[in-house]
Amino acid sequence: MGFSLTVALRFLFEGRFQTALVVIGVAFGMAAVTYITALVNGLQENTIRRTLGVQPHLSIRPVKDVPLAARLPAPGAAAAAGAGARGTVAMVTEQPRAQRTRSIDNWPPLIPMLEAIPTVTAVSPMASGAALAQRGEGSRAIALIGVELERYDRIASLSEKIIAGTFRLGPGEAIIGRELAEDLGVQLGDRFTVALGRGTTESMRAIAFYDAGVRDVNRRNVYVPIRTAQSLLGIPGGVTNIDLTVSDVFTADRITAQLAARLPYEIESWMQTNSQLLSALAAQSMSTRLIRGVMMLVVVLGIASVLVVSVVQKRKEIGILRAMGATRGQMTRVFLLQGGLVGAFGSVLGAGLSWLMITLFTALVRGADGKPLFPILLQADVVLGVGLVATLCGVLAAAAPARRAARLDPAQAIRL
Amino acid sequence: MTAPAPIVEMKAIRKVYNAGTPIEAEVLHGVDLTLPAGEFSALIGPSGSGKSTLLNIIGLLEKSSGGSYRLAGAAVDSLDDAALTAARLATLGFVFQFHHLLPAFSALDNVAMPVLIRDGRVNAAARARAAQLLADVGLADAAGKKPTQLSGGMQQRVAIARSLMLNPPLVLADEPTGNLDTVSANAVFELLRRFNRDFGTAFLIVTHDPRIAARCDRVIELIDGRLAPDTGLRHTDTLTPTDPP
Repeated sequence: MGFSLTVALRFLFEGRFQTALVVIGVAFGMAAVTYITALVNGLQENTIRRTLGVQPHLSIRPVKDVPLAARLPAPGAAAAAGAGARGTVAMVTEQPRAQRTRSIDNWPPLIPMLEAIPTVTAVSPMASGAALAQRGEGSRAIALIGVELERYDRIASLSEKIIAGTFRLGPGEAIIGRELAEDLGVQLGDRFTVALGRGTTESMRAIAFYDAGVRDVNRRNVYVPIRTAQSLLGIPGGVTNIDLTVSDVFTADRITAQLAARLPYEIESWMQTNSQLLSALAAQSMSTRLIRGVMMLVVVLGIASVLVVSVVQKRKEIGILRAMGATRGQMTRVFLLQGGLVGAFGSVLGAGLSWLMITLFTALVRGADGKPLFPILLQADVVLGVGLVATLCGVLAAAAPARRAARLDPAQAIRL
Repeated sequence: MTAPAPIVEMKAIRKVYNAGTPIEAEVLHGVDLTLPAGEFSALIGPSGSGKSTLLNIIGLLEKSSGGSYRLAGAAVDSLDDAALTAARLATLGFVFQFHHLLPAFSALDNVAMPVLIRDGRVNAAARARAAQLLADVGLADAAGKKPTQLSGGMQQRVAIARSLMLNPPLVLADEPTGNLDTVSANAVFELLRRFNRDFGTAFLIVTHDPRIAARCDRVIELIDGRLAPDTGLRHTDTLTPTDPP
């Protein structure tokens, strides 16, 4: 290796103008690859965090009421009917059933069981349903959400969104959104009435206002103690759903499958409820990969073309070295190493360039509030990965030129 | 007293280019050549007589189309490229008319190149030997210079030093004085003779210059791919310290 490395370095240094050009080319290519990887990673992380910051990763619900078929075909009926009945078609109309509020009644023992799953980070039982919030002449449709506040906070970080009042839920207390408070003219400590369709009402006191950042959410969601919601919704002791968060959001599907096998409930992961978001992310990743692939190809072709020229330029030197006793393997390695070194140098320079690009992006592209849109981090593993790939690309690019160099007939090369 | 084993033994060596095609050309028609160890010989002949081809075959850069060839006692006719490369490294030194040196390396590094090829590194002892060889060719001061900073004669002397780095039993020189002025040519030739005398290295020098040929121990003439009978210029005492007149 000493011979090949020494000669490779000398050859690169000898053609330093060529070498500098191709290294700069590789650097820009690799900077673009690193930058776009960091950008899309940041974008996706941000999207997922924003989407999943306010919603659970997994939700356990009671199974829906399904209509039973009027008459199930008896297992032996078709066979018994014989050849004459073959092709008989049963025409059935199914009317979907209206869904009453169903609940998971035996939920308390489920909580410790769910919390024992290693990747689960939070478990929050909820009792929720539609209701009306009324005060004086004002009346608004709301989503009544009964929660155990501490558990719920671990999923939705509600405490961070409180803009006024005390973050707590005692009996008869409610946390409501800023817009709903405005609509109803409720001030901190004021009472309003929560009414359900069946005529049950309850008077609640607004203990705190929140701002979730989305006005519709602020208008709709009203948080009350879980017991209050249970009695209002007519499901004493039951919950309508249990929400979970997990440490790695992309394992949600796997955990869903595990739980579905063990629990007689419907379990939905965010990956199902946000399938469009997921496919958008997948499409984004795909196009990023495509761009990266094209960049890599350009880098490979760039390095290869320079090395092909170099082999032609250095015919005589290769011939002399071969005549003196350098083996084909040694000559092959001289050029493979040149490719690898160009890739490695280029990616080191490219890492610096991409850092510059990211710094510029973060400094120049800002949201309406003057803050950076989302954080882009130049992650060490991305930089290392890109460097490794660039080096491999260089070696790959050098394969054909190296082969030519090794196959060069020294007698012919010297004669020229 | 037994004569030392010859360094080159060729029997009926033939070389055909483009065999089996309409432009088939037989360049060597059965050459029998024996070079004793330590002999200082010239290979002469008109252009197109097959000198370069014969030199390439002796130098293991080309394969013969027929006949048998033993280099330093070992048959080399059926060796593969790797074995031929190894044999070149161990047995042969080359001095070429043009493109003598690697421009990216200093004179000293060029001289030490065979060691770098063989060992992958040049240790202190090898550097010292390279420096000594440079001093022997009168270029002690040029060790750090690049070939482009040296005159043609100086470059050729560096190339001679390089060909001797691994102390090979045979050095092949293709027109080593071909593009040099008379003074430089003379200096280079003297150098070859001196190394022949001091180290017992056998030299085979391809030359067009009759004056150079006349000062060798033996003149081998190649005409139309055949060796002419020895011309009688052979000196029986190869260790004569004085040059022929």
